[in-house]
Formats: sequence, structure tokens, C-alpha cells
Amino acid sequence: MGWFSKRKRTAPTPVKKDDIWVKCHACTAHVYREEWLSNLKVCPKCNFHDRISFQERLGLIIDDGSFHEFDKDLKAPDPLKFVDAKGRYADKTRQTTEKTGLNESVITGRGKIHGMRVVLAIMDFRFLGGSLGSGTGEKILSAARFALKHKMPYIVISASGGARMHEGILSLMQMAKTCAGIAQLHEAGLPYISVLTHPTTGGVSASFAMVGDVNIAEPKAMIGFAGRRVIEQTIKEELPDDFQTAEYLLEHGFIDHIVQRTEMKDCLYRILQYWSSK
Amino acid sequence: MEDSFDKTILELESRIEELKKLNMKPEVQFDSEISELEKKLKRTMKKTFSKLTPWQVVQVARHKNRPVLRDYIAMIFDEFIELHGDRCFGDDHGMIGGFAMIGKKRVILIGHQKGKTVEDQVKNNFGMASPDGYRKALRLMKLAEKYKLPVLSFIDTPGAYPGADAEARGQAEAIAKNLTEMAVLKTPIIVIVTGEGGSGGALGIGVGDAVLMLSNSIYSVISPEGCASILWRDGAKAPEAAAALKLTAPSLLELGVIDEIIQEPVGGAHRDYAATADAVKEALVRHTRRLQRYKIRKLVEKRYDKYARMGKL
Ligand SMILES: [Zn+2]
Repeated sequence: MGWFSKRKRTAPTPVKKDDIWVKCHACTAHVYREEWLSNLKVCPKCNFHDRISFQERLGLIIDDGSFHEFDKDLKAPDPLKFVDAKGRYADKTRQTTEKTGLNESVITGRGKIHGMRVVLAIMDFRFLGGSLGSGTGEKILSAARFALKHKMPYIVISASGGARMHEGILSLMQMAKTCAGIAQLHEAGLPYISVLTHPTTGGVSASFAMVGDVNIAEPKAMIGFAGRRVIEQTIKEELPDDFQTAEYLLEHGFIDHIVQRTEMKDCLYRILQYWSSK
Repeated sequence: MEDSFDKTILELESRIEELKKLNMKPEVQFDSEISELEKKLKRTMKKTFSKLTPWQVVQVARHKNRPVLRDYIAMIFDEFIELHGDRCFGDDHGMIGGFAMIGKKRVILIGHQKGKTVEDQVKNNFGMASPDGYRKALRLMKLAEKYKLPVLSFIDTPGAYPGADAEARGQAEAIAKNLTEMAVLKTPIIVIVTGEGGSGGALGIGVGDAVLMLSNSIYSVISPEGCASILWRDGAKAPEAAAALKLTAPSLLELGVIDEIIQEPVGGAHRDYAATADAVKEALVRHTRRLQRYKIRKLVEKRYDKYARMGKL
């Protein structure tokens, strides 16, 4: 220990530029990290809503102390015993868990929004890009079942790069599995609200994220099915800047609202009042 | 590209054909030679096709002569009344469907249409359906529900069409909606993967009570080339990716994703259309009969339970 601190004093690490500044993904402006953080990772220049952790999201949506997590210990399985150029998928998930404290790319549970009981799923991009694995699908479905059983509204907040290749076809099947859960809520007349945050693409956009009674997005979130580069290669032309943004989807009729992070809780509450007021 | 794995087979086949042509002339007779070669061909074919690597299966699944949906329609169905359009925007040629009769059974048929001639392929976008295609398919499935007809869904696509217009019209929403509706559709759905089951583009018409697969077809979350370029950072590692993805019929059966493998004739579907069509027809009729015996409520419940178990340990 002493050796380390001594060494640190003799060779102090210079403060990196990255520690003070954050470059916005959307407008590429450099903004003060402090300012960006206190603004809940929203760019003060262009209003781009960057990714946040599930803990941060939970604090913004759910009443303090009201959250009870489901399937906390459910870990990502490795059904294919997948190995790629970088090694074993099982090692990758274990390391990700060590680094982030997350067992899967989604956290589910029940909680309250201004006193109203809801079931909630929050995806966290830090776990393998929020990819849709068997564990993700299992948790999203089992939360939907809880909502069904207890006649509660269900809210899913997505952030995902899409399917998880390491789980092969079973990752694809999670699209059908989660949609089956949503279909049951539809049939039972229970509300399902989808919140799409940056980014929501591929298999997640093509399943539960797109079939909400109401689809809400955060400003400038990237939302789409195929990757931008793949599309450009297919049509052999460059795409406009706003392609696959929340604003583009609003204009094309696929989402209902674009809502600021800070106003999301009130927005969800007001919408759900139309169901619970019956 | 490397030498094709069936090089010896192709050589034998062309040699036999040559000799058969010569045999037509009265002055020469090659009967014994032909029969020797045919025996050898049969042996080689059996041996080669009994131990195809996943990457070789990918080649067979994508073979340019592999039967496409229009071939199956001609060979299996006694009637086909094609229905057009999604009632929203257009009529996708990469996804076709309509009323069809198989034996004495009336059904709704939907499926990807790949096309064989270049003209056809361009018109059909190589079987890559657009949102209009998925919406047309859903429209027909709802019609099947209304008329109490079973749905037969034929899958053969590299994937959903990745175009700018497809995104603008909601490719993601169209597929998502189908998955949600198919989960609770109140009529039997029988799915068959006949060639390529390409990711969400395949699943968009792929939720069913029975999911069947031809023995040399594939079904995957991503193409082996795409997977290789992302996880191996080298598209040439597609054979490794194909193996890792477990995209062949036996693997999928083991994983519980499909319910039955329909055996193709030795040498692949493209070498014997008639035998392939017979096998497909037999399986479709059998499963349709079986599923029609269920009460609809029970059927939908079973479908839900099946998908709820997917990937569960
Ligand atoms: Zn910005």
C-alpha cells in the first residue's frame, strides 16, 4: 500500500482532458463533465439524452424506497457454450458482472410512481450493450406475468443494441417470448407503456419496445431496426443526420411523445391515470 | 471462394450425364460404366451429406437451385389464390400469401419469396421483406383467424430488408406487431423453415404451434458473415461463426426452438424437388391435422408456454 502511495506522489498522473470534458455523441460539443452530470447526462447544448444507469433511472421514476426487485440473482446463461475470437462468453458475462454489479441487461421489479403501484423493467446498457439474452427475456416476461397476476400496469424502459449473438437463436427467441408476455397484458386490458431511450435498436426495437399502448422516447435517442451502416451499404447513399432519431420516429408515426428525462415520471403518472381512473 | 465441398459429386454428376448422352447413339454402350459411376455417386453423396459442417449446410441452404416458395406452391398446393397488399402502403413481392388448398384442406399460406432469376430476385428483394410484407402477412393471418383456417408459414429469407424506406415505414414496429399478434392468434400456425431463417426477418412470420425445418436449412440470430465480422473482426471467419451459432436443424431441435426436422433427399433439396415436396407436404398435413384437434384456447395456451420456456434453464 505504502509503495503505491509513494509511487503516486513521485509520479502524479496528470488530469486527463476526459476527466473535465465530455464529448456529446449527438452534437460533438465538449461540455463540462460537472455540468453534464448535474444535468443528468443531458447535453446542455443540444438536449441529447445520453445513457444512464438503472440506479439513476430508478431514482428519476420510482418513489424513494418503494422499489422491490425481482429475479435479482438471475444470471445470464450460456446455452450454446459460446466461444469467439476473444474467448468464452461465460467469462465475458462474469467479468461484466464484476465490473458493473449487474447480472443481466435488465433490472425488473415493482414500485410506486407518485403512490401508484407499477411493475417496471429498466434496461442497462452497461451489461453487454443492453443486449437481449435469455436472462433478459426471462426477466421481462416474468415481470409481465407479475403485472398480469396483480393487475398492475407495466412499464419497460429500453436501452439496447439488440440481440445477443453469443446466445444465438435463443436470443432471437426472446423477441417472441417477451412479445407473448406483452400480448397477454393487451388481452387482459392492462396498460403497457414502452419508454425508448438511447439507443433502442435491432431485436429490442423489433419486439417489446415498439408495441406499447403508448410509446415514449427521450430526446435524440437513436431508435431503429437495421444498423445505419448496413442501410447505407444497401441503398448506396448517405442517410440524413436525423435518421433513426426519436424525432424522426415521431414524425413517421411510431412514437407518441418525446419527453425530457426529468419529466418522465410525471408523464407516466398522468397517462396511467387514464387507465386507473376507471 | 474455396473449392466447393461437393466438387467430387458435381464431377461425377456431369460425367454420368455425358455418358448418358453418348449412350443415345447406337454404336456405343456405356451401361455398365454408368451404373458403376451411379453407385459411386450415391456412395459419395451419402458420405458427404452425412457429415456436413455447419458452414457447408449454410451453402446448401442458400443454394441457387434450392426450391423457393413458388416451387412449393406449384408442387404441394392444389389451389392458390394469391392475395395482395397490406392495405396501408403497398404490395411486397418478397412476402407473398393467399388462400391455398393442400390435399383437401383449405389454409392461409404466407411466406418469403426469394426468386431464382435475377429479375425475380430484384423484384422480390431476394426474399428480404419490407414492413409492407410483414403487414400483409399479418392481415392474412387475421383473415385466417376470422375464417378459422390454419396458417402455413414458409420461411426463407436472409433477413428483413435493411433499407431507408423500410425504416421510415417502421420495419421494427411491423415485426414487433407480428410477434405480439402471432402469440395469441386464435388459429393453428404451422411454420416451416425451407432455406434461410434470417433473424428478425424470419421470426416476423415464425411464431407457431409447430415449427419445422428442412434438414439442410438454417435459422440464426445473425448471418455467420455478420457475426464473424463483429465477434472475430474478420468476415472470413464465417465458418467458425456458423459453428458457434448452432444454426443447423439438429442444434435447433436440441435447443427446443423447432419441433421437427424434415429429412431432405440425399444430396439436398435442390437435387430432388419432388421428393422434397412430398416430405414437406406430408409433414404439413400431419401437423395441421394434429393441431386442428385442439380447442383454440388450449392451443394458444400451449403456444404461450412453449415460448415462455425458450432459453430457460
Ligand atoms: Zn449535444
